[in-house]
Amino acid sequence: MVIVKLENVGLRYGVGPEVLRDVSLSLEEGAFHFLTGPSGAGKSSLLKLMYLANRPTRGLISLFGHDIATTSRKKLPALRREVGVVFQEFRLLDHLSTFDNVALPMRVADVHEKDVRKHVAELLAWVGLKDHMNAKPTTLSGGQQQRVALARAVITRPRLLLADEPTGNVDDKLAVRLLHLLEELNKLGTTIVMATHNEGLVRQFGHPRICIENGRVEQMGPLRPARGGGVRMEGKIS
Amino acid sequence: MSFLSFNHHKDLPLDSDPSSRFLPWLIAFMVYLAALSVVATSLMQSVSSRWERGVSDTLTVQIPPARSVQQDQSQIAGALKVLRANPAVVLAEPMPKTSVLALLEPWLGKADVLADMPLPHLIDVSVRSSVKLDADQLVQDLNKVAPGATVDDHRIWLDRLIQMSQTLKWGAYIVLGLICIASIGTIYFVTKTGLAIHHDVIEVLHLIGAQDSYIARQFGENALHLGLRGGLLGLAVAGPTFGGFAYLYRSVDSALLPQIDITLVQWIVVLSLPLCAALMGYVTARFAVLNSLKKMV
Ligand SMILES: Nc1ncnc2c1ncn2[C@@H]1O[C@H](COP(=O)(O)OP(=O)(O)OP(=O)(O)O)[C@@H](O)[C@H]1O
Ligand SMILES: [Mg+2]
Repeated sequence: MVIVKLENVGLRYGVGPEVLRDVSLSLEEGAFHFLTGPSGAGKSSLLKLMYLANRPTRGLISLFGHDIATTSRKKLPALRREVGVVFQEFRLLDHLSTFDNVALPMRVADVHEKDVRKHVAELLAWVGLKDHMNAKPTTLSGGQQQRVALARAVITRPRLLLADEPTGNVDDKLAVRLLHLLEELNKLGTTIVMATHNEGLVRQFGHPRICIENGRVEQMGPLRPARGGGVRMEGKIS
Repeated sequence: MSFLSFNHHKDLPLDSDPSSRFLPWLIAFMVYLAALSVVATSLMQSVSSRWERGVSDTLTVQIPPARSVQQDQSQIAGALKVLRANPAVVLAEPMPKTSVLALLEPWLGKADVLADMPLPHLIDVSVRSSVKLDADQLVQDLNKVAPGATVDDHRIWLDRLIQMSQTLKWGAYIVLGLICIASIGTIYFVTKTGLAIHHDVIEVLHLIGAQDSYIARQFGENALHLGLRGGLLGLAVAGPTFGGFAYLYRSVDSALLPQIDITLVQWIVVLSLPLCAALMGYVTARFAVLNSLKKMV
């Protein structure tokens, strides 16, 4: 099944230039993609279109088979609950504790409080924030906040995870650990798109890429791990 | 007052909004005014109905003294006949001279000479309030048999008083209505401001998959708490005010001011004002939120 499909999508902010041009791509269920491109290329913009924060200026987007242009406002929350998002700027709620921030998607979905406590505690332990459950986000380091944001995005085991540089603020070791978490999730069926500047991770985990350059988007094959002087393989898939 | 939302989560920090501090005071003031106008209307109601019951069924006919006793007697007899023939009249009795003297005593003293003075003759008349009495016609009829007869109709000035109290009652209703409109308007715009303040949090909640009603509920419950808190405060201040008025009222002790009893229904209305304020807050805030969120993506 196609989870996300974009057809000839264009996006511009206000009267500015087109940030994305003629984007067509489709992501199959269970896929794991890295989203790469230089800073300002439009990675976040593309993800925003996918998590329905912005509407395209032209073109078609469908999510889980629903054309979002024709989906009524009332049905959007149900679609959004299937999408986990790690925002580039985290967007944690500062007045809530770490625990409550992570619990938010479950509470919004009316999950029983007993299950909320169990799952949130487990996940926080996994991302190494067991001791900061009651801390407010403003008292956490950037990397800690990022892990809270990641935990909040995956707590409901969404069908689609859109992560905007979820490892940008953590050290390489922790980044690898977080990627393993994402891979676990991916094995359980979650489709993942992860924007990143970390070429090392892209090589190490070898997932196919979505590359943005000058507003154009191309789906490309994985970046092979660089073996001592070996050839870098880049394949384009269409 | 968290008992109202014990199993709900407050993701929006609405308690710390500036409006959470001033809204209860405003609502308190509104509820205070509303309580005063409810009591004022019921006061007008009971005053006018007491007056109506107490005074409207009596009137007094005055016949000036004639030249001879015989003429006096025939004039009184004629007047009685006219009165008793009137369908509105229940009872018409001439007032004995001793009673008339007793009435005059405070002014003229207890002198025997008065007994010989030509005093007007008075006739006490009881009327049915169910039948409309045409006072002008009655005066004309009486003058045919007793020239110079006058009718002291309490109804004329009473009607004016009753009319005035009715006007005041409607005035109080209008004040009540204006209070409601002002409160609803304030809560509506305070809620709109809250939406603007918490725009970012609301957007995150939306992107996480919150329904509009999830957000509206939180604003509604916040307004409910503020309304209830303000309402109770307003009522707490209104209590002593009523007490003070009641004290002054009792010390006036005038025949014109009847005993006021506030009925059970009126008590219930006054005591339920905080609940009304709370409910109004809930409904208004909810409406404001749902209405605004419709325009968000
Ligand atoms: N809200 C906005 N209003 C106007 N222009 C915007 C807005 N958001 C992004 N842009 C513009 O769109 C372009 C793409 O921005 P975007 O944030 O998608 O880049 P990015 O690939 O995520 O960059 P980075 O790697 O630095 O996060 C930039 O030129 C930026 O100036
Ligand atoms: Mg970005």
